[in-house]
Amino acid sequence: MLLDDKRIRIIVGHYGSGKTEFSVNYAVKLRQLKNKVALVDLDVVNLYFRSREKAEELEKLGIRVIASSLRGSGVDIPAVSAEVYAPIQDESYDAVLDVGGDPAGARTLGMYSQYFTEGDYDMFFVLNANRPETQTVEKAIEYLKRIEDTARVKVTGIVNNTHMLKSTTCEDVLKGQVLAEKLSEKLSIPIKYVVALENVAKDLPPNLNGEVFPIKLFMREEWMV
Amino acid sequence: MAKVLMKGNEAVGAAAIEAGCRYFFGYPITPQSELPEYMARELPKVGGVFLQAESEIAAINMVYGAAGAGARVMTSSSSPGISLKQEGISYIAGAELPCLIVNMMRGGPGLGSIQPSQTDYFQATRGGGNGDYRVVVLAPSNVQELVDLIIEGFDIADQYRNPVMILGDGMIGQMMEPVEFKKPKQRELPPKDDWITNGTKGKRKPHIINSLYLAPEELEAHNIKLQEKYRKIRENEVKVESYNIEDADVVIAAYGTTARIVKTAISQLEREGYKVGLIRPITLWPYPYDEFKKINPQCKGILTVEMNTGQMLDDVKIAVEGRFPVYFHGRTGGMVPTPNEIIEKVKRIHGGEM
Repeated sequence: MLLDDKRIRIIVGHYGSGKTEFSVNYAVKLRQLKNKVALVDLDVVNLYFRSREKAEELEKLGIRVIASSLRGSGVDIPAVSAEVYAPIQDESYDAVLDVGGDPAGARTLGMYSQYFTEGDYDMFFVLNANRPETQTVEKAIEYLKRIEDTARVKVTGIVNNTHMLKSTTCEDVLKGQVLAEKLSEKLSIPIKYVVALENVAKDLPPNLNGEVFPIKLFMREEWMV
Repeated sequence: MAKVLMKGNEAVGAAAIEAGCRYFFGYPITPQSELPEYMARELPKVGGVFLQAESEIAAINMVYGAAGAGARVMTSSSSPGISLKQEGISYIAGAELPCLIVNMMRGGPGLGSIQPSQTDYFQATRGGGNGDYRVVVLAPSNVQELVDLIIEGFDIADQYRNPVMILGDGMIGQMMEPVEFKKPKQRELPPKDDWITNGTKGKRKPHIINSLYLAPEELEAHNIKLQEKYRKIRENEVKVESYNIEDADVVIAAYGTTARIVKTAISQLEREGYKVGLIRPITLWPYPYDEFKKINPQCKGILTVEMNTGQMLDDVKIAVEGRFPVYFHGRTGGMVPTPNEIIEKVKRIHGGEM
């Protein structure tokens, strides 16, 4: 349950793991349960396919979207808005922090690390077993640890987001689940969610370790695979 | 190897290493910086060299040097950076050296923007540098094709001793897609021993790599030889995908990312009962002019769709030779056309409203 997660949810992972798609879907679902929801786009590494591109759509749904103080999706400047502090400090907010990929992207998070005391936040590590850099448990651990070190924040949950875009099958998700379980066991971090496209999620076997989290694709255009 | 999910720019790096490229000289620029980043991380692991040069001009001249020594070498950039490399590209073409150059195009002119565009078509196909030279230009429309063309591109470069350019755009570079790495068709590649500058070891006369010919007779002869090579490339290396052109009422010409959007538009138009064909050049030079001869003689018009204000349009007009009216739809500045815009234009051509 999204409501069982801590007020501040931080989403990290290897770039291309699907953090933004998960973050946007999470914020949309959360808004159906809570009134004050903010989606904070902290990605200053990659300038394409960031959650801020969907700001207008999300704001219509009543989600506050915070990114750079410089408007425009094409601004090639690593600037973060001071507004980011608002949902972090204001406890009436439920916040989703969409962090940039890799340890490089997690660096931005470091400046807020003093606000994330143990038990007050969740940090979800998004894992995609179809990405070459996180296909083995050793490589996944290395990414996770380096992200934790750079961000100075500890991961509290694993999100299995193993997919092949629009051609994702149950096998993809279950292959990722095997990896997620190994990672979970090695690091004693629970699997929180098992993400899949809605039409795949309905065919997943019951009793998976972690809650099934069906998503829609917000970031892929109609003509993309 | 099973399919994996890769971002275009990463896939370029992985494909180049797969093809035996061990040297990369470049300078970062959005939207292709993941590529030098990938090479910086991965090339040392396979005994290669990644070097971030002090500028794009330095990088392309390092490519000239490495290619002259016989190495498989690559550089990459995005539009403004590719402009800076033009002098070097002309020298490399003049000196007949093989190399791969990747351009992930962004909006222009000048610094432009970081969003995708196809505004360097003229520069790539007409020669951005000086002199009568040609660069083989390959235009992938998805990440798998990008991988395949990178691997084959190195072979084409070696076969003809000529620079090969991959003309992608920011979208292809940034997009995540499934890929697998396959062996390309085997080509007979000429040996390099008779021209590379890899040390005489006191056993032979020095090889000289040069693009300067002060005697006009010599330079003319050199140019005639180059033109003969370009003729062979035109004859052997044209690549094109076409769909339903013998039967279509309207044919769309598009390449790269834009062709993807066009395909989505065509599927929708077909559901509504329209007969629409596609010519998708994969080589922009040599251009698939002959493909346009196969178009249904009753076709009402050709629509060229590009992320610019009309550049490939010139080649389409050359290919069509006045047999059909040629129309254009383009977005520019980093704006990406939508399937609906294209559907609208096709319907107007079909209805005789244009």
